[in-house]
Amino acid sequence: MAENDVGLESALRRRLLMGLAAVPAASLLPRLALAAAPPTAAINTTGLAVTDTEVTVGILHSVTGTMAISETGAQQAEKLAIEEINQAGGVLGRKIKVIQEDGASDWPTFAEKAKKLLVNDKCAAVMGCWTSASRKAVLPVFEQYNGMLYYPTFYEGLEESKNVIYTGQEATQQILASLDWVAKEKDAKTFFFIGSDYIWPRTSNKIARKHVENVLKGKVVGEEYFPLGHTQFNSVINKIKLTKPNVIFTDVVGGSNVAFYKQLKAAGIDLSKQVLMTISVTEDEIDGIGGENIAGAYACMKYFQSLKNPNNEKFVAAFKKMWGDKTVIGDVTQAAYLGPHLWKLTVEKAGSFDVDKVAAASNGIEFKGAPEGYVRIHPNHHLWSKTRVGRALPNGQFEVVYESADLIEPNPFPKGYQ
Amino acid sequence: MTSPSPRTDNPFMTPTEWAYLAVLCALIFVLLPLALDGFRLNLVGKYLTYAFVALGLAICWGYCGILSLGQGVFFGLGGYCMAMYLKLEASSVENTRIQSTPGIPDFMDWNQVTALPWFWTPFKSLPLTLIAVVLVPTLFAFVVGAAMFKRRVGGTYFAIITQAIAAILTILIVGQQGYTGGINGITDLRTLHGWDIRTDSAKTLLYFVNGGLLVACVLAAQFVKRSKLGRILVAMRDKEDRVRFSGYGVASFKIFAFCLAAAFAAVGGAMFTLQVGFMSPSFVGIVPSIEMVIYAAIGGRLSLFGAIYGTLLVNWAKTTFSESFPELWLFGLGALFIAVVLAFPDGLAGLWRRHVAPLLTRRAKAPMPQRAATLPKGAPAE
Amino acid sequence: MFGEYSLGDLGAIVAMQGFAGLILFSVYVLMALGLAIIFGQMGVINMAHGEFMILGAYMTYLCSGFFQAHLPSVFPAYFFVAMALAFVASGALGILVEWALIRHLYRRPLDTLLATWGLSLILQQAYRSIFGAREVGVELPSWMMGSVQATDTIEIPINGLFVMAVTVLITLAVAGLLFASAYGKQVRAVMQNRVMAGAVGIDTGRVDRLTFGLGCGIAGVAGSAFTMIGSTGPTSGQLYIVDTFLIVVFGGAASLLGTIASAFSISQTQSTLEFFLSGSTAKVITLLAVVAILMLRPQGLFTLKVRR
Repeated sequence: MAENDVGLESALRRRLLMGLAAVPAASLLPRLALAAAPPTAAINTTGLAVTDTEVTVGILHSVTGTMAISETGAQQAEKLAIEEINQAGGVLGRKIKVIQEDGASDWPTFAEKAKKLLVNDKCAAVMGCWTSASRKAVLPVFEQYNGMLYYPTFYEGLEESKNVIYTGQEATQQILASLDWVAKEKDAKTFFFIGSDYIWPRTSNKIARKHVENVLKGKVVGEEYFPLGHTQFNSVINKIKLTKPNVIFTDVVGGSNVAFYKQLKAAGIDLSKQVLMTISVTEDEIDGIGGENIAGAYACMKYFQSLKNPNNEKFVAAFKKMWGDKTVIGDVTQAAYLGPHLWKLTVEKAGSFDVDKVAAASNGIEFKGAPEGYVRIHPNHHLWSKTRVGRALPNGQFEVVYESADLIEPNPFPKGYQ
Repeated sequence: MTSPSPRTDNPFMTPTEWAYLAVLCALIFVLLPLALDGFRLNLVGKYLTYAFVALGLAICWGYCGILSLGQGVFFGLGGYCMAMYLKLEASSVENTRIQSTPGIPDFMDWNQVTALPWFWTPFKSLPLTLIAVVLVPTLFAFVVGAAMFKRRVGGTYFAIITQAIAAILTILIVGQQGYTGGINGITDLRTLHGWDIRTDSAKTLLYFVNGGLLVACVLAAQFVKRSKLGRILVAMRDKEDRVRFSGYGVASFKIFAFCLAAAFAAVGGAMFTLQVGFMSPSFVGIVPSIEMVIYAAIGGRLSLFGAIYGTLLVNWAKTTFSESFPELWLFGLGALFIAVVLAFPDGLAGLWRRHVAPLLTRRAKAPMPQRAATLPKGAPAE
Repeated sequence: MFGEYSLGDLGAIVAMQGFAGLILFSVYVLMALGLAIIFGQMGVINMAHGEFMILGAYMTYLCSGFFQAHLPSVFPAYFFVAMALAFVASGALGILVEWALIRHLYRRPLDTLLATWGLSLILQQAYRSIFGAREVGVELPSWMMGSVQATDTIEIPINGLFVMAVTVLITLAVAGLLFASAYGKQVRAVMQNRVMAGAVGIDTGRVDRLTFGLGCGIAGVAGSAFTMIGSTGPTSGQLYIVDTFLIVVFGGAASLLGTIASAFSISQTQSTLEFFLSGSTAKVITLLAVVAILMLRPQGLFTLKVRR
């Protein structure tokens, strides 16, 4: 229902904004209340939707369709962050106005809506996308019309763009440290890979395989992919029983996840004895899988809701206050929360909303208030961040069992792993 | 404008139909370009590519009674053929220096494909690509159609088989990502024979090319409809056995109509790729295929012009409503499906014929065609 | 591939793989049964089949919540109540839909495809508005999770056995109903000659309505059973729909036997291939085989009449 209200509001706002944009003279008039804020003409030289009181930011996620399951958390976090920024006085003295568009789980729709947000609404930045496919679809649009996208999902890497800030981890960041950990702690030598059949699992497993074979001197005893939406895993579970790997390494996504863990448990594979490491299950997914079905599994992520630090406690409380007590917060939700804050810090450092200046100023931006702890933007527009391993508990939360000592450098084009 | 008029030696188009065509041309070539900015015009261009599919469905479903729920397959195949050419052009050796194998599309490199697969080679040439855009989907339609119609499979059963084919092809494309780009599709297309298709001026030009092709397809469909062939199609739809007993090869006519619809869809798919700049398996599957049927149904399944207006209207509504009320839109689309079936089986064209056209024509000519006469009666549930 | 494993291991795997195939077979039959009954009887393809299944799954979800909160003592047995409720809810909705929608379209079978597709969109969005866009976790009684230890090495998942039992029971019940009851006789009479059946005094409208309700009710039970092995969300029905259609099409759509034979051949092919090849390759080969056979024999494996 919340989406509905926002939809209606943003529709009204849009009309207002269009009206304002049509009379640029009005926006040049100095206002008493904003004496401290810099004049619009100076901080917006490229015609973005910035007035003396407002700046427009787009949110582009799927509200309908199969991906709505996953993307709900991300857009909630973005709205929370924007709300917080507005309460703290906005960006360069301007309140953020949100225009939300629905990508409808359909990649061409994402491209169409991205273009609308940039060309018609002149958004200063866009928070959005979830799947690799939707990002690939909008990327040419952002590059052509020079927009700024904050992309929250952990993803396969192999990409770097002036117009995108990747606030999730790329594959090497997420995987390598955790593989080292599992090899050391669990004395793991043999691995079985299971993934959904698309670019992210395939690339992640390729990186994992190289690491297992070349660095850890272990062995991959099986590598299997299933079509998205596949719900029958009994055969592969039998193969796991036959090959008896030390570690089951999974990157299955969506509804398949639920089927996989339920069938794994039913087949008598006890996750308290069999080590299973996943890079695709967050607190969000456990909601659907059921905590008791996955308890004992390890997940490598940069963020877990149970992290103990003051930033996170504040964030979790605020999130639940805004979206209800029953909501859970996964890795991507937290990464989505970083987007608006990083953009605000960057704009303030650049002293301008201009996309070119924001893109140039991004390098080295630090966000100390991040729930995951300190993060910093790398020149390649990914984030320096820590990697953690969590163990799933029956109540659907994770217990953090490992945390990398230092921030890990993002490396979207990893040498030796391609 | 659609039901066969009582005269048998009628001309290619009646004066009324010429008028309709003129209105359509005025709308596409003058009104819309003047009224809309570049972004919206490009959107309309995208919608018009779906109109090719709806036009094909009007022939194949409205006139011939073959409901295909797999038109997305042909739209997608046409689009993929075009996208393969564009992708190869965008993947020149200097553009792809950072790859381990330069000169092949990036997604192949990510999937450890080290040489261009054989079926990509023809798409290095533009003329071969243009031929393939039409030929590949049409041949595929021919194979499917021949297998089905020669064995007298039709009706609902044909509809769900085409749907199954759409589902299977999607899984194939998604699964073979090293060769097809997988679920991401083929993205980041840049130039057509050296001409940058991403600029605004290129998009405007493509819009007009698209409009021109659409009008050409309308004329082709009109020709089929008015010819003796069109009459046989209608006869087959209403009483297939009588046509067969009269000595006609029913299967061949059906195959022809199905192939024609596939060819139209393929042209639409290729124009889609050019205007939108990518192609993905999400156009091949069940959902888009059925949505395209609803365009034709809303417009009036027996009306060529209705198919185009139906496509424009539904897509315009989708964009408008989904911008503001994404939840409401799905309810609306669902209700639209049910309403058009229950209450307005003749769609927009039917409304026009019954309520607007009589007001426009002062002197009443022949009595209005009855609904029962134009709708496929269908056998009682079998 | 198998050189390094002991004979005992291999035997156990063969046995377990056999069961995996049987479980897949049961799942397929359960999915396709409701659809096949409706199509066989009325020539109507119910495109909202997946959504009727998910209605059953959501009923199970509501039931599990209710029993946990109010009747925790009988929670282990709640699943049976949930399945009955799923049957009633989906069946009732089916009867309502038949009355409001389908019966107006019997003369236009192609149009029912579109109407039921519209219905599926509406239902999906309704689930999303009521239950939220995320998947819900259905709490299962602990006895249903886990496995039976047949020997040291052979383990059979209980939920798989449960699905098999449900499938067998429902198939037997349907067969009994269609071939050994007065209602069944009416159904078969209407199927063979609608006009004549009406002329001898069978209320064909009522028979159609009940049959549509029965098909939808079975879909509901299937959805309820699948909460054990799959996900429950607004669009989860779409996960099953492709397989379901393929089975019905491949089976020839008009006969119960055809559906069962088709479910058996597809499930065994897929399960065996999955074991020897990788998952998505197995799926592709299975699908290609299905298409190839459909091209040679488009009317399906078993068929009563599809000629028009």
